Amino acid sequence: MLEIRNLHASVQGKNILNGVNLTVKSGEIHAIMGPNGSGKSTLAGVLAGRELFEVTEGEIIYKGRDLLQLEAEERAREGLFLAFQYPVEIPGVSNTYFLKTALNAIRKYAGMPELDAVDFLALVKEKAKLVEMDFALLNRPVNEGFSGGEKKRNEILQMAVLNPTLAVLDETDSGLDIDALRIVANGVNKLHTPDNAAIVVTHYQRLLNYIIPDFVHVLVDGRIVKTGDKELAFHLEEHGYDWAKDLAEPPELRV
Amino acid sequence: MSIETQNLQDLTGGDYKYGFVTDIEMDTIPKGLNEDVIRLISARKQEPAWMLEWRLKAYRLWLTMREPRWPNVSYDQIDYQDISYYSAPKRSDAPKSLEEVDPELLATYAKLGIPLHEQEMLAGVAVDAVFDSVSVATTFKEKLGKMGIIFCSFSEAVREHPELVRKYLGTVVPAADNYFAALNSAVFSDGSFVYIPKGVRCPMELSTYFRINSSETGQFERTLIVAEEGAYVSYLEGCTAPIRDVNQLHAAVVELVALDNAEIKYSTVQNWYPGDKDGKGGIYNFVTKRGKCAGVNSRISWTQVETGSAITWKYPSCILLGDNSIGEFYSVAVTNNRQQADTGTKMIHIGKNTRSTIVSKGISAGLSQNTYRGLVKISRNATGARNFSQCDSLLLGDQCGAHTFPYIENHNSEAQLEHEATTSKIGEDQVFYCKQRGISTEDAVNMIVNGFCREVFRELPMEFAVEAQKLLGISLEGSVG
Repeated sequence: MLEIRNLHASVQGKNILNGVNLTVKSGEIHAIMGPNGSGKSTLAGVLAGRELFEVTEGEIIYKGRDLLQLEAEERAREGLFLAFQYPVEIPGVSNTYFLKTALNAIRKYAGMPELDAVDFLALVKEKAKLVEMDFALLNRPVNEGFSGGEKKRNEILQMAVLNPTLAVLDETDSGLDIDALRIVANGVNKLHTPDNAAIVVTHYQRLLNYIIPDFVHVLVDGRIVKTGDKELAFHLEEHGYDWAKDLAEPPELRV
Repeated sequence: MSIETQNLQDLTGGDYKYGFVTDIEMDTIPKGLNEDVIRLISARKQEPAWMLEWRLKAYRLWLTMREPRWPNVSYDQIDYQDISYYSAPKRSDAPKSLEEVDPELLATYAKLGIPLHEQEMLAGVAVDAVFDSVSVATTFKEKLGKMGIIFCSFSEAVREHPELVRKYLGTVVPAADNYFAALNSAVFSDGSFVYIPKGVRCPMELSTYFRINSSETGQFERTLIVAEEGAYVSYLEGCTAPIRDVNQLHAAVVELVALDNAEIKYSTVQNWYPGDKDGKGGIYNFVTKRGKCAGVNSRISWTQVETGSAITWKYPSCILLGDNSIGEFYSVAVTNNRQQADTGTKMIHIGKNTRSTIVSKGISAGLSQNTYRGLVKISRNATGARNFSQCDSLLLGDQCGAHTFPYIENHNSEAQLEHEATTSKIGEDQVFYCKQRGISTEDAVNMIVNGFCREVFRELPMEFAVEAQKLLGISLEGSVG
């Protein structure tokens, strides 16, 4: 489904990603862990098509297409979803209206009829239960005045409604208490099917107690320096990222 | 008289008394302004002597006045002798059919969802297409007449209801009020008159959408709305102008009078031609709008969505004379390309416990300049007066300007005044967030801007709100990469 080859990216001239390789197949959950500043969020941003990040080398093939040639909204319509680390507030625009516009843009792209208000509301209410979200939040402006936990739940609600093929969760666990974490993780698990995939970007191992990844990758200095199964996450928790950093020396220095 | 005009009059029968369509056909008043021109206008309109005197007095005042220079706008000196007053476009100027109308304009109408026959009308094709809407208006008029409501053109009111016009004309905006009001008083061509008798609640929104458009002469409209004790009326004004590459002056005056316990809601969606991308052409919209809450517990509410005009100079205001009266001003002003807007309101608190609310949303894009200018004045006797003002500006791009000039004059130590102001740039974060959910940039900007204006839009009648939202999208088209 997703093939990242030798990806280099920079922000305002500063190199952040220095040759990332990653293959994600349908039905898989990948965790990307790494210390602060290792390039985790940059990777998520590049996948979603954020213009701030400039890809200087490498390629990304998504569902057989060159992802880097697609505009951000086309990527979204092709089923790529980013759960934001810092969900954005849009004053005056109701959550429901926003989500309905998004869903119908995606449906239209897929050649499906747009959902009317009644069908849409039924769908949203069903999905809202999944993330134990208060219906009152649906009519409030997008993320405005939401608590940190409500914002993250709202991201998962959007994910549930838009039903993406590939979900990228950018530090969705940050700022969540243990209950919110459980709810968010539950949502992600319930949405997981053999036909879709998820990339979970996180700093801490604790999210992986709830979302069990098939693969754990350690990102250091813009490169994946270690790949393993969930045991790797525990190992990291125990030994810290310094252990992983030792693996990050440039390849030419290795014997 | 052309065949089209003849048909129109036949079709609408005796109920169609506006008469100005004929005047459009026959109009040959040359450019220039002097007392003879005013006499001519008055004669064409078959006005009584007092009306002519009123006009002449205004004209003599105007001669002694100077054009205001304080607004935050700039334009070349207007040559008032180079304007045709009571000017109707010559027949040959008007397109004969939609084929002759600029396709870009038609595309705009299509986006607005305006039906074909209305498109013809808006484009100034003054043929049978006008018939539908005119007849509709006429049907309503009969129904309203049974309730004692008068809703007619200003010219008609001068002829048919002179006692009412004389009683109220100029009582809210006197001819001497300002330069453009004086000019309007001297040369006003037509406009609307509304009278709601005591205790009557007008059962429908009164709209001038169609008539102003079909007239095309309405560059100096005069509108007077009187709500007697306990009466209620909601009035809608829509403005769309055909594209012309010369600047046209539009100097209207609107006066509202609300007596005891009366309420007037006045909504405007102004989309006069704003000029092209380089600032060529477009309407100079220099308008004086003011309402007087003359009676106790009366209420006047202005809601405006200003997307058009090359230059807007407009301050719909309220004089809160009656105790406990309420004035409201809800405004969205959008400027793009080289448009300039200097708009806001004045709330003059005179009566006790008077309240006013000001919500202004300015959106600037392109190379435009958008200014909010507002005055809240609390007189010495206005004990218990309260005002809340909120002025928000949204910038799209980095070459436009947003300015806020709030003036407060308080002469009563017990008054409560609150003022909030924000200026923000449309966030790339917000746009990206929408795009990441599959929404196109254009739709995203539209959504964000509409959200920004929500507090104002919800004051508009439903249909108008929908139209306003669409207009906003069209006005801002291409303003964000």
